[in-house]
Amino acid sequence: MQRNTLLEYRNYRYFKIASLLTISAVLAYLFDQPAMGAYGGSWLGYLFGILSALIVVVLTLYGVRKRLPSIRTERRNSLNASSPQQDVPDRRKRQASWLRHHGATLQGWLSAHTYMGIALIVLATLHTGFQFGWNVHTLAYALMMVVIISGCYGIYAYLRMPRLMTANMGGINTFNALLLEIDDLDKQASVKSLQFSDDICAVVRKARQETLIGGNFFRQLTACQRNCPTAKAVQQLRLLGKSLKYDQLKSFDDLFLIMAHKETLVRRARLDVMYRARLEFWLYLHAPLSIAFLTALIAHIVAIFFYW
Amino acid sequence: MTEKFKIAIIGAGPAGLSAAAHAAELGISHILLEAAQQPANTIHKYQKGKLVMAEPAVLPLRSPMAFAAGTRENILTLWHEDIQRHKVNLRLGAQVDGIKGERGHFQVTLSSGQSINAEFVVLAIGLQGNIHKLGIPGGDLPTVQYHLDDPEEFKDETIVVVGGGDAGVENALALAQQNRVILINREEEFSRCKEGNFNLLQAAIKAGRIEPRVSSRIDYIDSETGNGFLLRVVAKTSEGVEIIPCHHVIARLGASPPRKLLESFGVKFPNSDITSVPELSEQYESNVPGLYIIGTLGGCPLIKQALNHGYEVVEYILGNPVEPADEPLLKQKISCFDASCSVREGLTFIRHNAPILAGLTALQLRELLLESNILTPKPDDLIFKYDDYTSSFFSILEGELAVVVKAKDGSEIYFQIKAGNFFGEMGLISGRRRSATIKAITDCVLIETPRRSMLKLINSVESVRQKLDEVSMKRVVRNCLTNTLPESELNYLLQGATIRRYKAGDVLFHQGDKADGLYLIRRGSVIISQITAGKEDVLSYVITGNYFGEMALISDKPRSKTARAASATEVVLLKAPVVIASLERNTDLRDLLAARYRENAHDTKMIEPQDKPGNLFTFLIRQGVGEATDVLLIDYSLCIRCNNCETACANTHQGIPLFNREAGPTHSHIHLPTSCRHCEHPYCMLDCPPNVIHRSVNGEVFIADGCISCGNCKNNCPYDAIQMVAVNPKFKKPGLWQALTGGAYQSEKNSIAGDDSPKKAIKCDLCKDNAMGPACVRSCPTGAAIRISPEALSLTMRDSSAVLE
Repeated sequence: MQRNTLLEYRNYRYFKIASLLTISAVLAYLFDQPAMGAYGGSWLGYLFGILSALIVVVLTLYGVRKRLPSIRTERRNSLNASSPQQDVPDRRKRQASWLRHHGATLQGWLSAHTYMGIALIVLATLHTGFQFGWNVHTLAYALMMVVIISGCYGIYAYLRMPRLMTANMGGINTFNALLLEIDDLDKQASVKSLQFSDDICAVVRKARQETLIGGNFFRQLTACQRNCPTAKAVQQLRLLGKSLKYDQLKSFDDLFLIMAHKETLVRRARLDVMYRARLEFWLYLHAPLSIAFLTALIAHIVAIFFYW
Repeated sequence: MTEKFKIAIIGAGPAGLSAAAHAAELGISHILLEAAQQPANTIHKYQKGKLVMAEPAVLPLRSPMAFAAGTRENILTLWHEDIQRHKVNLRLGAQVDGIKGERGHFQVTLSSGQSINAEFVVLAIGLQGNIHKLGIPGGDLPTVQYHLDDPEEFKDETIVVVGGGDAGVENALALAQQNRVILINREEEFSRCKEGNFNLLQAAIKAGRIEPRVSSRIDYIDSETGNGFLLRVVAKTSEGVEIIPCHHVIARLGASPPRKLLESFGVKFPNSDITSVPELSEQYESNVPGLYIIGTLGGCPLIKQALNHGYEVVEYILGNPVEPADEPLLKQKISCFDASCSVREGLTFIRHNAPILAGLTALQLRELLLESNILTPKPDDLIFKYDDYTSSFFSILEGELAVVVKAKDGSEIYFQIKAGNFFGEMGLISGRRRSATIKAITDCVLIETPRRSMLKLINSVESVRQKLDEVSMKRVVRNCLTNTLPESELNYLLQGATIRRYKAGDVLFHQGDKADGLYLIRRGSVIISQITAGKEDVLSYVITGNYFGEMALISDKPRSKTARAASATEVVLLKAPVVIASLERNTDLRDLLAARYRENAHDTKMIEPQDKPGNLFTFLIRQGVGEATDVLLIDYSLCIRCNNCETACANTHQGIPLFNREAGPTHSHIHLPTSCRHCEHPYCMLDCPPNVIHRSVNGEVFIADGCISCGNCKNNCPYDAIQMVAVNPKFKKPGLWQALTGGAYQSEKNSIAGDDSPKKAIKCDLCKDNAMGPACVRSCPTGAAIRISPEALSLTMRDSSAVLE
């Protein structure tokens, strides 16, 4: 029961539409020989411009749709048991069933958003006629490209991270459960360490107090803490264990295993934070820049009216 | 000293208070005897601030005692005022030991040695007066309690809770929030409590919040002063004698009709069942003339009914033929089909024309009718449609109806059913969609009984169950095998047939067993699996309305597969020799079974090499998906953990997400979030006092208005899918601007009202009012979330080659 990914949505419907659009645009561009050379002001240039602007509108609507999940709520007759023979009209039932099967899901929107966004690279570039300069028009183009490229990373992350995340959690259901387990190991280690020398206790205490999961942007994204006290504790315990008496070894092994297990779990927690950060951070670029791009685009459109 | 009254009323609960107040109102000499030190003792013992509901809403109140839904405190204040106002002759602390005599000459003796003479006695003692107590030394110490008012009064104490029933387990769970709790159960398992409580208890035991002692009983309790503890409990556990120092003992050992006491008064019971209530006349008079029984003990557990009983019983004693409070309501129902006949005649007519209801007592029939609708469809009117998700039960009083069944090959087959019959029992038993369309042929009169009332009846009246099973077996054979079997063949097939019931996980037959017959499923679902090379592979998933077990019958070999119930399952088992003999004569049936046999043989080959989907399916079944009709699954290889599903859910449901995406188990890449599965036989519906949990025609299980925040549904749900939340009625769906600026997330906080507003049970309703389907699925950006039924899931898993690894 493998589900279709957003790229495969409805048998690559939006890939087909976007490809068709892109190929026809390229062909048209190649065959068209405007008198003044290719530029945004030729009739084909205008066509590309209008098409691109429409696509931008559709792309923006995705952002709206995502945040307003229940944009369409049609009240059906709420049927309760006190009046079970009350019947939903067939027409409405069919309509509801049609909507369920054909109505756009957010996945459909995202599939269209992806392919149309990528098609925009070609369409908008053809619209420029490869004429760039230091002006608001090129600024709009540049912003658009940054937005699209960040979006491409987003698609990569959406397709890649989920599997890694599931594998990383290894059967633990929630992130909080993972943290609780780490906390529990910490407590066990503290109790165990009391029977050993002060330096062992200090190493364990330091690992408990100073180990960080998450933190600033960089730490979240790289999943590492420089000189991680837990990792260090495991290393140091390895050395410290050598100087112990034979009768302490069994107990020490227990402590070592707890710390080693904790290290694995800490690593898992950090990776989980990392995957989530990687799934999200690009949006902090993608969304604000798209607003900047829209502003530049409006400036661009307003500006061209002055050429007339 | 002997006093004399016209009416002695025993028990100052709602029923007794109402009777006494009415007697006082009429100036009749009366006495109200109450063993406790306060009237309405049981309601005093309710948890603080508990909301008391005035159900059933349709029933008018006729009592001098005021009553409307409100908090425990409000109601008690009102009643105390009423007692003063009507000058009720109330005697507290008066425990009744015996009643002798008959109409006109009763002698009531009290434990104080006093005796009272009365012409009539009204017993309104309910069940709570007969709470079982610890009959051991120390069982009456002040810190040994038999009820729990407010669990929050206890903090950081060690408390021993005794009793493995619902009350004990619920108390233990509530106390465990702030205390160390030791739960003592006489039995080896906590099998007496509701499944919801059982699951919560298991979780609490696992988490170490409750320390259970099973197969244990307390020997004696000492008051101990050392170590800061108040008590010392000496208990015999399975591991020997244990001494438990503690602060409190709370024993919840149950309550039952005080049968011995009643029998000593001469009252007879209809059967030996410990929970059965005495047989009464329509005027609440017991077999002892002049001794009346009302309230819970009279079979009506609701407060409003009890108050009405109190009023009516005094009128009956005075010889006034009052109509029962429900008379006008029943009259209205009966006038649907005959405006001229009285209620009594109407009831006789129903008894005569609906044999399935003939075995009911007068009170049961009245109650049933009150909860039912009378339908009078005209020719060609539709009663219900094939595939609708309704579950009420219909008895035909008059007229003829057509049953339109879809045969397995898609053609339509017609039957006729006439007055005296019933229909709709298949949906009732299976909890599934309707298997036929029913239309009226002539003018008809039908009684439509809701699912819950019918289930109650099936469980309490043996004759109803027998009649239902008898007819249902025939219909199951037709439905599962073929609709074209002649009646004679049907009767032959059913010789020696039995109905068997299984719990989820029970094995129906093992691989290698001798074939005992043909199995027809009338409720639940079954997994067929095969062990090859020591590994169990799931081969198929068979649901209600189908048969299995034919392979071994046809091939005359031992069972080649194992059948296991995937959820609570009921089958009709046709005996092997009968089936074989019938197959020899009946070529149609033989061809049908042979075709299935070949199909299955083919299936087996197709699925055998793929062991992995079987594993995933077994996992899901183990998680209870077998009893679901619609389960939310998330493909974790696509899910980007954005929680947009939860946000969308919150935005469509007063700002509160009705499921938890992250919680719940994961197997390979399939995650089963904690969310409602819209079970075939919803646990939440089992015990909803105001009866507001319903299933819509499309199958969604939802909670309608009128929740009394009792929390039963939440406790009964084994899947943790119901929350009790004080919903903010002012919640507004975030607008476009709010949504775009991130305000939608903040609005979630506004959705929970302050502490003082009442909590309500909320759960997933599959966005039933939204034509486009559930918001969670629609708003998943990567298409990871799906809602699917187990049978659709099993088909997808069998057909798709791209199965998850």
